Amino acid sequence: MAATETYPDQLRYHAEHDWARIEGDEATLGITWFAQDSLGELVHFEPPAQGSTVAKDSSYGEVESVKAVSELISPLSGEIIAINQKVVEAPETVNEDPYEEGWLVRIRLSDSGEADSLLDAAAYKQILEEQ
Amino acid sequence: MQTLSRTPLFDRHVALGARTVPFAGWEMPVQYQGVIPEHKAVRADCGVFDVSHMGELEVEGPRAQVLLQSLLSNDLERLADGQAQYTLLTNESGGIIDDLIVYRLSPFRFLLIVNASNRAGDFEWLKEREIAGSDVRDISDEYALLAVQGPRALDRLGLDDAPAFSFAEGEIDGIACMINRTGYTGEQGVELMVPAEDAARLWDRVTERGATPAGLGARDTLRLEVCYPLHGNDIGPETDAISAGLGWVCALDGDFTGAEELRRIKTEGPPRRLVAFVMEERAVPRQGMSIEGGGEVTSGTHSPMLDRGIGMGYVPAEHSAPETELTIDVRGKARRATVVKKPIYQRKESPSGGD
Repeated sequence: MAATETYPDQLRYHAEHDWARIEGDEATLGITWFAQDSLGELVHFEPPAQGSTVAKDSSYGEVESVKAVSELISPLSGEIIAINQKVVEAPETVNEDPYEEGWLVRIRLSDSGEADSLLDAAAYKQILEEQ
Repeated sequence: MQTLSRTPLFDRHVALGARTVPFAGWEMPVQYQGVIPEHKAVRADCGVFDVSHMGELEVEGPRAQVLLQSLLSNDLERLADGQAQYTLLTNESGGIIDDLIVYRLSPFRFLLIVNASNRAGDFEWLKEREIAGSDVRDISDEYALLAVQGPRALDRLGLDDAPAFSFAEGEIDGIACMINRTGYTGEQGVELMVPAEDAARLWDRVTERGATPAGLGARDTLRLEVCYPLHGNDIGPETDAISAGLGWVCALDGDFTGAEELRRIKTEGPPRRLVAFVMEERAVPRQGMSIEGGGEVTSGTHSPMLDRGIGMGYVPAEHSAPETELTIDVRGKARRATVVKKPIYQRKESPSGGD
């Protein structure tokens, strides 16, 4: 069952339709409601390797629907410390719950200052409206 | 900028919240509620597709059959009135200009339903080769085409069963149409050819009877599960019928265009063959990906029924036997697949045969 459109206030957003939940020097990453809705039901999550490093604004993996492949753009730099195996096994979890059960990876931040460049929910929604 | 054509059902698609995409010069619905639920609705019950973008060519005259038999690969002698057959329009080298279904309306009148992207090219090819006593006309704009497909399609439309590849004039809730027992999903079903002005009313009746609107996305996953080739992906002017596994629709004892070349390829054995495969690892194969050892994926997707990646592609003939292991380059990562016998998916019970 598809989730309804929301952009939680406690998250920070990247214009490429990715979100980050920052908790101390770690962050959980995922894709926004808009991203999963645009793609349609996800059928594949190609995660990065555990322990690999990701750089802000660059690709850290892929998600695919029946029709399309989409790069995952990391909103922040860091090291991959966890991968959501539930999404690997059942990618449609992202469609059902993009912000909680459908998180993708967890990273240890290498530059906590980067968070300042991310968008809050209001600014991200503004970008969606302009599209 | 080229303007996209819209079918007579475009407003219905918009009202249903469809996502549309450009396809062969048409603005077509790719999905309504989602590819996977639409796909499953067709496998489990019944779906309806707007395929009005497809071309309809009529060939009429005392020598219509002579003309067509010189250009189409299958044996037209096998058709009686009210019967249709899958056939290929071939070029001199045995390549496939188009794959289509030819319907015998009378001994002197045939209907060809062709791929949207090849409508103009097919028409031109036929028109240039017209002989005295044959007249080729493009009647596509006068008609809409609705494909109603699924194990409950006939039941939902209130139609009696009829043999696959038969057709008749009929009506659905008082709307006259040509009812063809054909399709592109591997399920039972019909394709309804209706005057363009009646199309929206027919669509409404069909959906009221419980058919789930389904888009081009599901049409593609459905056809690929049952290994029906898609012209432009799996077959084309550069690929021949024998390599594509379509020798069964070629009357090789005949003398249609390219027959001699096809006989030669059959005798010598084609160097490569179109195979079906399933992924052995999590990955979705896509058109254009290379297959180790000199092959290429021509169609790939995620199978909603098998819940895994599936596809078709050309491989060297020596790698084409079922159970052969393949390695596919999925954006730089080597992923394992296995050649399987076609079709990839087969429905369990088959009351009167698939299409």
